[in-house]
Formats: sequence, C-alpha cells, structure tokens
Amino acid sequence: MSTPAGTTTSRLTALDDTSAAAIASALRAARKEAGSPAMGMVLTLVVVVPEADAERALECARRASLAHPARVLAIVEGARRGHGRVDARVGVGDGWSGEIAILTLHGEVVDHADSLVLPLLLPDSPVAVWWPTRTPEDPASDPVGRLAGRRITDVLAAPRGRRTLLERVATHYAPGNTDLSWARITSWRAVLAAALDQAPGAVRGGHVVAERVSPGADLLVAWLSARLGVEIDRRTSSGPGVTEVCLDTASGPLVLARTDGRLATLTIPGRGERRLALPRREVPDLLMEELRRLDEDEIFAEVSARIADDAGGAA
Amino acid sequence: MSRAGTPANPLRDPRDLRLPRIAPPCGLVLFGVTGDLAAHKVMPAIYDLASRGLLPPGFSLVGFARRDWDLAAFTEVVRDSVEAHARTPFREDVWRQLAEGLRFVSGSFDDDAAFERLRETLAELDEERGTGGNHAFYLAIPPSQFAAVADQLQARGLASAPDGGWRRVVVEKPFGHDLASARELNAVLDEVFPRGSVFRIDHYRGKETVQNILAIRFANTLFEPLWNNHYVDHVQITMAEDIGIGSRAGYYDGIGAARDVIQNHLLQLLALVAMEEPTSFEADALVTEKVKALSSVVLPPRLDLATARGQYAAGWAGGHPVAGFHEEEGIPASSTTETYAAITLGVDTRRWAGVPFYLRTGKRLARRVTEIALVFKRAPHLPFAPTMTQELGQNALVIRVQPDEGMTVRFGSKVPGAAMEIRDVSMDFAYGGSFNEESPEAYERLILDVLLGDPPLFPRHEEVELSWRILDPVLAAWARQDAAGRGPQPYASGGWGPESADALLARTDRAWRRP
Repeated sequence: MSTPAGTTTSRLTALDDTSAAAIASALRAARKEAGSPAMGMVLTLVVVVPEADAERALECARRASLAHPARVLAIVEGARRGHGRVDARVGVGDGWSGEIAILTLHGEVVDHADSLVLPLLLPDSPVAVWWPTRTPEDPASDPVGRLAGRRITDVLAAPRGRRTLLERVATHYAPGNTDLSWARITSWRAVLAAALDQAPGAVRGGHVVAERVSPGADLLVAWLSARLGVEIDRRTSSGPGVTEVCLDTASGPLVLARTDGRLATLTIPGRGERRLALPRREVPDLLMEELRRLDEDEIFAEVSARIADDAGGAA
Repeated sequence: MSRAGTPANPLRDPRDLRLPRIAPPCGLVLFGVTGDLAAHKVMPAIYDLASRGLLPPGFSLVGFARRDWDLAAFTEVVRDSVEAHARTPFREDVWRQLAEGLRFVSGSFDDDAAFERLRETLAELDEERGTGGNHAFYLAIPPSQFAAVADQLQARGLASAPDGGWRRVVVEKPFGHDLASARELNAVLDEVFPRGSVFRIDHYRGKETVQNILAIRFANTLFEPLWNNHYVDHVQITMAEDIGIGSRAGYYDGIGAARDVIQNHLLQLLALVAMEEPTSFEADALVTEKVKALSSVVLPPRLDLATARGQYAAGWAGGHPVAGFHEEEGIPASSTTETYAAITLGVDTRRWAGVPFYLRTGKRLARRVTEIALVFKRAPHLPFAPTMTQELGQNALVIRVQPDEGMTVRFGSKVPGAAMEIRDVSMDFAYGGSFNEESPEAYERLILDVLLGDPPLFPRHEEVELSWRILDPVLAAWARQDAAGRGPQPYASGGWGPESADALLARTDRAWRRP
C-alpha cells in the first residue's frame, strides 16, 4: 500500500473556535510541513455524523481513504443549543492517505454546516457526502447534500425506523444518491448473475430469505423482480443478513445459501453443489466501492423506482 | 453481454458497473509448477483472484510436473507460494475453497500415460466440480518444450473442447529468438489449437500505466497537439534493472537484453506512444493501430553507429560488491551475449518522421526503472539573455511505468529573486497518490482475461512477427561485429551503461536522461 510522499504520521493541529479560512490555512501548512505542497487528492469526502457515532465512522472513513486519497471533512454534530462554535482538528498523514479535518460543531452552526464545507472543497474535483448513521429526509436537498455529486446513506445503520427508511430513501431518489445497503449485496448479485449464465431458460419466480430487518434483502428482491419480471417472495430467517436466494429456473431451483455469514453454497440445476466464500463486508470496504465510481448508478435508480412504486401501491 | 447461442441473461446489464466480471466455470492446467514463474506469479495471482471473488465456484487448478508428489505435497507447494507472494491477505476460508479444486498429475512431457491421467483428471473435474469442459493450459515452461506438450495434448484429444466448452493455451515470452523461430513456434501452437485460443502473455501490458498511456493520449486535449515531430525532439524508452542475471544463466546466455526486453516490452511501449488513435478500445482496433505503427518502424542505415551494447563488469552496485557477467555461474568466458542494449529507431509516418526513438535496456544498472520520455524541442527563440537561461534544459514529458507509476512534466520556471534566472522544475503526478485503489497485479488481470476469453491485452502474432522483423537486422549486425572480434563493451555495474551508449546520443548532440 503506497501513501503519498511525505505523509508519515504527524499529529493533528487543534484549532478552537475557528473558521473555514483558518482551517484552510492550517491544511496548507500541514501539507507543506509534510514535505509535499502538491495535492494528489481527487475528491472531497464529507462525513456528517452525530458526535456519539463520530469515532467509529471516522475509522471507517480513514480506512476507505487508503484506497481513495481524499480531503476528508468530518462534520461532527454536537448539541444544537447555544451560540455557534466550530472546533477543528486538522492535518495530513496520521494514517490518512489524504487530508483530514475533523470539525466539531456546536449550537446554531450545526444547521449551517454547508457554509463551512463549501470553502473547504477541493477545486473542481468531485464531492461525496456520507451520512454514516443519520439519513436526511431528502439527501439531494439537504444543505450539505446539495454540494455533493455522490450522496451515500446507510439505512441499516440508522438508529430507528429502518423498515420504512429504505422506502423513504427510494422515494427521494435523485441521481447521485446511493445507500451502503446496495453495496452490501454486490457480491450476492455478482454470484447470482454468473450462476444464471449456466441455468438457461426463463426464471418463473423465487424468494429471498433474510433476517427480519434487512434493507439489502429488500433491494435484492426489488432488483431480481425488476430484472427478471417475476414475483420474488421475501421470507424471514434469523440471519445473519441475507441467508438464501432461490430462483425457480426452467431447469430447476437455483439456490445460493449462506447461513454463517461467510461460506455459501451454490446449487445450479444439473451442475451440483459448490461452496464459495461469500463473506459479509465491512463498512470501509462498502465505502470504497461507493467511491470507486462517482457517476449515477442507473441500476440503483431502477431498483429505487421499483421500491418506491411498491411502497406507493401499498400505501 | 450474452455468449453466442444463449439468450441474454436478464441479471446482466452493461450499465451495472458494480458487478465484477467473474470467470465462467473452468479450470487451469499449469505446466511447470516447479518454476519461479509459477511460484512467484501465477499461483499467487490465482489466489488473489479467488480472494477477490472473481473465480467461479468449482474452479480447479491442475499441476503437472515431473515430481513424485502426491496431492498433499502439491497443495503444500501452492500454499507456500500463496502465503509468500499473494497480494491479498491470506484467508483460511478462501484458501479452503481453492484447495478443494487442486489436483496434481506427475509425469514428464514424453510420458503418454501421464497425459492419459491428465485427461482422466480433467474429465473427473468436469463431472465433480462442473468445470464444463472449459480448460486453459498455462505453459510456464521453456519454448523448446511447447511442441512436446502441444503434441501430447492433441494426441489425447485435450486440445479441442467438447461442445459448448473451450480450450485455451497461455504462453509466456520469449516468443522465439528471431523471426524464423517465432514463426515456427506459432506454427506449432496454431496446428494444435484453434485460432484465437492462443494467449501470449507479456506481463508489462497488464500494467495500469501502459493502459494509462492510451488514456493520457486519447482522453485529453492537452497532450495530443504536442505529440508529433513539430514539438518532439526525440523519445527515450528505458527499462533498467538493478539486478544481474542471477540464476538464469541457462536462459539468458545466447538470448541477451535485446531479445529479452526490447523485442517485446520496449517495442510494445514504442507502439503505444507512436500509434494513431484507434477507432475504439476494442482489441482489434488497438492491434490495427499498433501493427501500423510497428510496420512504420525503420532502422538507420549505419547500425554500428545507431546501436550500442555492453556486458556488466564486476564492481559495486548499490553498496554491494557484485560479480561481472562473465563471472556469473554458467556463463562461458567467450559469451558475447549483451546485458545492455540500446538501439535507435525511426518511425516513418507524417507524425514522427525525423524523430529518433532511443530504446535502451540493461541489467545491473543504477536502479530499477521503466519509463518513456518525450523530450521536446527548444523554443525557437528565447527573449532572454543567455545568462538567464543557462540552466534551462529541454522540456520533457515522462511517463513513469515503474516503480512509482505516474507522470512528470519538466519545464522552466523563474528562480525567485531579483535577477531573472530560469531553471528546470518538475511537476509530478503520482498515480498512487490520486488513486490509491490497490491495483491488481498484472498477472491477475491477465489470467482473468484468459479465463474470460478477453484478448485486448495480449500481443497478437502479427505484432510478435513485426517486432522480430525490426530486431533481426540488429542482431545480425551484432553477430557480424562479434565475428570481427568487436564484441559488447564492458560497463561498470551500478551505473547507466556503456560509454558507447552515451556516444550514440552524443553523435546528434543529445544525452540520455538520468531516469
């Protein structure tokens, strides 16, 4: 793993009751001190997170930044009461592959975080925003969300209301939106797509089994039914996560089952049973996948539309 | 993305860019499992593919070697190689999946019974693990043995696939040692394997930066206007190694730097730099342009003045005492094999006429580096006094292939201060600084392309023949020099090559860059 020249470990600089201009100049100073005033970073990643969840989220962002050198702006939301105050810790290195600015907001400035983010965005390059735990009502019209081309939510990590949250995310879909639940099922989708190559003939139906609350399973159901044009049932198991997908093909049932969250068994009609590693993926890994492409995910758009339709029909 | 004869798979969509390409059910038969190539590159790359989830469930790896191993011993060999050389962390569950698909067949290449066992093994795999008659044969063995293996595979009916399956064969460089032998080698493979199923691996072509050359050239407007003889003075393509020949005397003696490196790597890089824009990024379109570029390559009339070669002498390199080429074990004192080669080429097109391309490669040079440098002409007029521009060199655009992949642009800038003084500065783009995405090892990409049947990164036979056509006259000229008693010149280990190479550029008032 290569890190840009000069970004060996250095401590973060603390700035109390500060402003965007002071933060920008501290970043510049830190870069110079690290020996490389040039910027190789290709994107700004904004992490908007409540104070209580900040530490865990930042560790995930740090690991994802190893694959995508970025300026990471962490907006840590403190209490909204009282007069506004911004405390920052900024630096380069220290395990980050780009620059890091942890901005802790207190008081009314919490609702004006965009005024702090805008001056700190890297010139020209793309902006991604990630809400590790709290999903805004409508990510694309959220003040910080509006500044970004990529808006990443995580329905599964929401503190409550996860069952209906996916519908809300789907209903408010806008180009650039995405959810980590979608990345969670990429490896399932890849294996299923490859397996279906070997089971010719139309699929007549199928089912997805997962624990009771599993946005990934709901997305799988929507994706499969949208792509295959058939009814896919959603069934419940004790997990972890998605435990089984079954497709009724013309030549028999095609089953991908994983009960322990690690090893799966794939049964293709007429071709017997194979085992394969299908581990549940960690958040940094999912985040890396999200940052790999910053254009619209059209397949997610279709799946969202499907979920929004179903929700609308049910209501 | 449907394969011929089967209806499109509704779960696939070209817009679905998250879905990785997973190889279809298949197996790989590895000849030469005991060699360095297999242990250092091929087997670790297979593990890495498995660990990235890109191999199909049921993937099988069959080792074939003249060793008295049982399956357990072979499994141990694979595991050792994976643990020592794989890029991705070793995970027991991934390993277990891979290990289930390992098989070993013991025998020599003239042993009919061994190939019969191989046939049975593949049939069993098709039955037990659903490899579906899809098998690739990886010949990690010297080219002199290709014919023996190909004949055996044909005799056992292994060279042609059952209905719906495929057979592919993978060969490594060197693809012959001159035009005639390259053709012969090709004939051997062509006779046995259907057209389009022979994959020639040149691992430099898997390198991201080589593909990045195409991106830099054809996705931007910034560089292409300068990419011609109006602005470019000359081009230097360098591949330097800091190591000697090590234990490869048997392979290296009689081959030498030009055949080992210039014929394939450097001429491929030249083609990528010199070629015109392809009509698409498809394999055929790329090959068409590269073939055109290679067909336009001409040698200067006086080969004695336009080439240089050398052999490294004993000395110190990187702080260690090192042996000279003639002291290496297995090299006869009379060997005239060159360990350094530099040649001048022209590209006779409207774009490049008059621009020399200097290609050099050598062992035991100062450091390991591969790069392409476009050196630009000086400005036709400088509105500065000569004293102001004393330290201004020629502008250069350098594509660094390895290590530290990226690009450097050199240009003049004012030195801060009261006096007007212009000095060269560098602007660096480090590929790894902007995209830290762990780039897959070249072999991973290449092996996956073989299993998917995707040819774009593999040199076609036309290209191989054309590059021999370029090199053959140089090799003949050197053989004549040898006969006249003017063999390769010794050069100091740990430096940048023989004096004759410096003289080669000095004749036209140019100099090699220090890479």
